[in-house]
Amino acid sequence: MSVPQYRKAAAFALAAGLGFSLVACSTKSSDDSGTDASGKVTITVDCQPVGAQKELLANWNADVAEFEKQNPDISIKSVSVGEQCNNPPDFTARLAGGTMTDVFYGYMTDLQQVLDSGQAADITSAVSKDTIPTWDSVDPALKEVFTDEGKLYAIPVKNYSMGLVYNKALFKKAGLDAENPPKTWAEVRSAAKKIAGLGGGVAGFSEYSAGNTGGWHFTAEIYSQGGKVLSEDGKKAAFNDAAGKQVLQNLKDMRYGDNSMGSRQLLQWGDLLTNAGAGKVGMFIGAPDATQAIVSQFQGKYEDWAMGPMPGQDGAAKGTLGGGEGYFFKKGLSEAQVKAGLKWIAYQKLTPGKGQLDYVRAKPQNYPVGLPQPLLFSNGSEAQKQELDLRKANANVDTANFKVFEDNPVAIVGEPRNAQAIYAVLDSAMSGVLTNPNANIDSLLKTAEEKVNQLQAAGS
Amino acid sequence: MAIMTAPGTATKPAPAPPRTVSKKGRKVRDNLTGHAFLLGAVFCFALFMWFPMIRGIVMSFQRTRRGETTWVGWDNYSRIIADPSFWTAWKNTFLFTALALVVGYVLPFFVAILLNELRHAKGYLRILVYLPVMLPPASALFLFKYYAYDPSEAGLFNAILKALHLPTSEWMQSPTMTIPAMVIASTWMNLGSAVLIYLASLQNIPGELYEAAELDGAGVWRRIWNVTIPQTRLILALLAMLQIVATMQLFIEPLILANGAGTQDSATSVAYLIYQHGFFQNDLNGAAALGVIMLVVLAAFSAVYVRLTTKQD
Repeated sequence: MSVPQYRKAAAFALAAGLGFSLVACSTKSSDDSGTDASGKVTITVDCQPVGAQKELLANWNADVAEFEKQNPDISIKSVSVGEQCNNPPDFTARLAGGTMTDVFYGYMTDLQQVLDSGQAADITSAVSKDTIPTWDSVDPALKEVFTDEGKLYAIPVKNYSMGLVYNKALFKKAGLDAENPPKTWAEVRSAAKKIAGLGGGVAGFSEYSAGNTGGWHFTAEIYSQGGKVLSEDGKKAAFNDAAGKQVLQNLKDMRYGDNSMGSRQLLQWGDLLTNAGAGKVGMFIGAPDATQAIVSQFQGKYEDWAMGPMPGQDGAAKGTLGGGEGYFFKKGLSEAQVKAGLKWIAYQKLTPGKGQLDYVRAKPQNYPVGLPQPLLFSNGSEAQKQELDLRKANANVDTANFKVFEDNPVAIVGEPRNAQAIYAVLDSAMSGVLTNPNANIDSLLKTAEEKVNQLQAAGS
Repeated sequence: MAIMTAPGTATKPAPAPPRTVSKKGRKVRDNLTGHAFLLGAVFCFALFMWFPMIRGIVMSFQRTRRGETTWVGWDNYSRIIADPSFWTAWKNTFLFTALALVVGYVLPFFVAILLNELRHAKGYLRILVYLPVMLPPASALFLFKYYAYDPSEAGLFNAILKALHLPTSEWMQSPTMTIPAMVIASTWMNLGSAVLIYLASLQNIPGELYEAAELDGAGVWRRIWNVTIPQTRLILALLAMLQIVATMQLFIEPLILANGAGTQDSATSVAYLIYQHGFFQNDLNGAAALGVIMLVVLAAFSAVYVRLTTKQD
């Protein structure tokens, strides 16, 4: 073969190789029934803990092994997608790319975009006590969040409600009563002023205003005022009212009236918790598991942190924001695969004493047991009783630190439809009052209202 | 080039009758190897560049709801233009591009001239200038965010300003300083690459031209104006276009320095708005429409620019 011919052959081989690799990429690895060669039903599940989370990963793998032992006809293929489990843009990218696993994790706020992508299966008829033994005990409000037009699309597996997280050590230093946290925004303002007076760059009260977290907290705070983000029909913004103005006014007063919120603003989740872990934040609005993040990711100490209820304007708060997560099922799964997925979720997420609710296992691993979260089961249900008993018996955090929060329950209000988009808009109003001493609250809210109205009109 | 002969050809076969191949056909056959090799690159371009681009254009005229995709004509475009952030994003992007052109385009040119003139420590200084380019952009921007632009007096820039008895700034938290602060960070990060290209171009200028200019009594500025700039005109023109196209796609600076939109949309760029619509507002179709608008603007600019610069040549 001459050199030119040899080259020609090489070029065609290269081209053919590319073609074959494309074909290989598009070939499905299993048949449509989701069963492998040995007849096992196979499902892929995402959000396996990442390698750095050694103990959590070991727990997950042990759960998979035990589940497969109990269900020899089911095979679980775990997929770790790292940050994609808690980073909304990554989730959207996977959804748009159609690369979700058979059973995939999502926020409660994701229902709309999952439905629009057309990738979620209606699992209403598949869910029952047979597939999830504790299903009747699961809080109906949580089921409702994942229900659209009477059809259920996901199983709730985690939830939270917000309150006032505060640093007991700083409270004591500032001469405040660490066992009696502020219950109104006026009390928050007064305590923040005292804590900021300690100096050293400590913010008495800290708040988000970027990366959608500002809008998220605006929502929680307007609920505390008895306000709403959207009108009843969900088509119009409803925050440009006295309640919305009061939320921004409270923040502006603390930021520029008292200078008690620190100089660094435009904070998002990790920024605020980094400061909190460093002991530079007196109070912030958060869920109980914020303390877990402060300790495990930002080098804080459990004993420094406690929680009170969401503050109200002139008394108890009229509401607080609740949210959470669940697992969706990809459209096109076989009946057996859906059933297998439900069984797995039942085992790993919704059975007291197993999986994420295995507090005996979690206790020595130094993952917090005893936080008032999750609240997956209805009050008075058998599953709730079992879960709370186990939680109490194995608590490794001082539950007294959350007593005020638990003893002063505030009505939980869910996240608005199209939440992430609305939060992005409201970030601007929050950043306005936190970075501009001359911010015009009326104008900030009016601009945000126009944008949200446009968003809702476009989305309907 | 050596010719390989196939083994086992003891008897020579009878010569084949002459074939009548058209000129075009022969040309195609002659270039077949080249075409086959090209296929890989064309395939990759088609898959990763042209297909997404065409798909984006198609998507900008569609709407996907509940898994159903329908044609909606210009709806996405009118909706995106009606977004209150639309004009703010374009204003911010143009302002950034203009400022980046003034600072980020002129500065590297003079740094390159300076480096070219140096007699000592040339290599050391070149490395120093190029070093920021080697830092991943995200790391460089985090350095700016947490150390340089800290709004308290502990921030690097504020400490310097204070030491000089000048007023301090809130940097990224000040709506008026957001864009200039992003330009400073961006220029610092990208200066090295432009300097290297200018340096290469400067070193191609024949030394006799400068000698002649000097003999004619030209000073430093005169030499730059009459020798350096005309001799590097092509590179200058090309880099200006590349810089404008790159800065118009401003994204990572607002994302990291301003955590997104910044104070009251003061950092929102067109590219960031695309990201907002696509990834936070469940509006990939609107994002595609904005992407197409940006493509049209940049393509029109590039076409006009190339035409103008080619005419001058």
